[in-house]
Amino acid sequence: MTALSETRAQPGRAAIVIPRRRPRIKGSSIAIFVFLTMVSLFVAIPLYVVIVTSFKPIGEITLGQIFNLPVQWTVQPWMKAWNEMCTGLACDGIKQGFFNSVAILFPSLVLSIAIASVTGYALALWNVRWADGFLFVLFICAFVPFQIIMIPLIIVVASLGIFGTVWAIALVHAVLSMPLLTLIFRNFYKDIPRELINAAIMDSGSFWKIFWEIVLPMSGNIMVVVLILMITTVWNDYLVGLTFGGISTKPMTVILANSVITSRGEAIYNVNMAAALLTAVPPLVVYFALGRFFVQGITSGAIKG
Amino acid sequence: MPEVRFEHIVKRFGSFNVLEDLSLRVEDGEFLVLLGPSGCGKTTLLNLLAGLLDVTGGRITIGERDVTDLDPSQRGLAMVFQSYALYPTKTVEGNLRFGLSALKLDKAEIERRVAWAAQLLQIDKMMNRKPSQLSGGQRQRVAIGRALVKHAGVLLFDEPLSNLDAKLRTEMRMEIKKLHAALHQTIVYVTHDQIEAMTMATRIAVMDQGVIQQIGTPDEIYEKPANLFVARFIGAPPINTFDATLETTGGKLVARHAPTAIEIDLSHHEFRTAPQAGAPVVVGLRPEHFAVNDASRDDGAMRLSLPVRYSERTGSDATAFLEAGEQLLAVRIEPSLMSRLRIGDTMAASFPMDKLAVFDARSGLRM
Repeated sequence: MTALSETRAQPGRAAIVIPRRRPRIKGSSIAIFVFLTMVSLFVAIPLYVVIVTSFKPIGEITLGQIFNLPVQWTVQPWMKAWNEMCTGLACDGIKQGFFNSVAILFPSLVLSIAIASVTGYALALWNVRWADGFLFVLFICAFVPFQIIMIPLIIVVASLGIFGTVWAIALVHAVLSMPLLTLIFRNFYKDIPRELINAAIMDSGSFWKIFWEIVLPMSGNIMVVVLILMITTVWNDYLVGLTFGGISTKPMTVILANSVITSRGEAIYNVNMAAALLTAVPPLVVYFALGRFFVQGITSGAIKG
Repeated sequence: MPEVRFEHIVKRFGSFNVLEDLSLRVEDGEFLVLLGPSGCGKTTLLNLLAGLLDVTGGRITIGERDVTDLDPSQRGLAMVFQSYALYPTKTVEGNLRFGLSALKLDKAEIERRVAWAAQLLQIDKMMNRKPSQLSGGQRQRVAIGRALVKHAGVLLFDEPLSNLDAKLRTEMRMEIKKLHAALHQTIVYVTHDQIEAMTMATRIAVMDQGVIQQIGTPDEIYEKPANLFVARFIGAPPINTFDATLETTGGKLVARHAPTAIEIDLSHHEFRTAPQAGAPVVVGLRPEHFAVNDASRDDGAMRLSLPVRYSERTGSDATAFLEAGEQLLAVRIEPSLMSRLRIGDTMAASFPMDKLAVFDARSGLRM
């Protein structure tokens, strides 16, 4: 990336001046710069329109000047989106969806991380019979699209008697995320020095005690990575929430889609935009709060003593 | 304190044979060092004893108990690892306590033992620190402390000093030796460092290619190596070896080194096996057994006059390398002598006949 600057002594001058060639911007840098600008504009322009529209009164929107800033700023659409937006016949706003999503999020996180971290720990650090075979099957499962197994999965969940509850959604999330999360945890735990685990095996010998007291406290970095990954996945999920959730457990995304797509009469753009933004904000907050650890987590593979 | 027995141990990794029918008895209260080059199976043997690996065949007993199929934590052992293997998220105290977690002790006993070990190893001032805040030597002490609190009858060490710098290593060597003298635990200690083995062990088992080549006190191993491997492995600078042939000249049995025509009189050598004329042998001469420039005495010693090729000084010692045909002969000399030594000078050296080591060139065994 950086061009080597050449140093050359100039003959015939008393003072020693070492001229340095000014770093030139290379053609490839320009290409990358242009490409990145295009990509960011691709996201930034619609986002700008969404944000601006959500603060405009409906009268300004009908003028069709979507790139203009609001003449008269208003938070009314945000209030409406939160409190009064209609989904079908109910006009309770999107807030119920928010609370549903939160109610889905926590069991999903706990269940998926608990299952994946213990499985990864067992596969990485204990002598599990057929561990490689199991890992291979798990890896294959990661390539099976959810849509293919959706209907059978619904029947399975229904037979468990939890269909239509947050537990159904949490369970499905845990199962679907298991291949990826288990691989992540396994690879992280593989880097724990063998001697450390041997010492723990000689000291305690208990699978669970070693997990709780030694391995889990060392997992801070990877937990942040997985947490961000799962919060984003679960919060942004639409299909699982739609198919496995009941009437009262629909996540925010489903309620948003229902409101925006099936509105009667005129489209209330500003309220729709505000509702979309409200739905998108939580993962963003999480990412900004934990982002620093996220980068740490994916770059620090080794565990230092 | 119990004794440890390995009985006909076989260990295979896949089709690769690491240990084949190995038997070994570690006496009660003994400090046994397993010594050998990398890959000789010494660490495998230790891990089998610890239970971190399963034997393919054979039996391991500690005291009266057959521990072959017991879990590591149930074997009544404690182990100190090469990398210390301290729990990074626990404090020093937490590390010591976790060492006791399999023993199900009452609170007062745990407190007593942790305090005892902390005091013994002088780590009581750093009990609340994390391992990352400790120096290498301090970590080593904590690792030993974590093993000692268990009051296990048998203590295992897996190359515990190889991550320390030279000065610290010498200090810790003394400390481990003192601990053994004070606590009388049975210790099995794995190392590839012959100095560690020589200084600490009550007995050394020299291993190569999964076979115990010789087991004995440091003196026995050094003075009377059972075979060529042991002779060459122990000693720094290493033993000089000459390929020679047994011959009878003038009624005397000599070993003749063809390239230099040096004849070594073996008539006073106490052979273990009957020598045969014409048999190829290897004669071993330890560098420090040479006496330099005392040709006056007539004690039946072998005498050599050879040109000096170069010399080197290692602190308290100096070694001169003499040219003997194609090969070099290392001779330990007084460091004060070194300054007078010039390359190309002829040096007269004598070797006492009773210090000779003769090996069968075909089997490598001592004769």
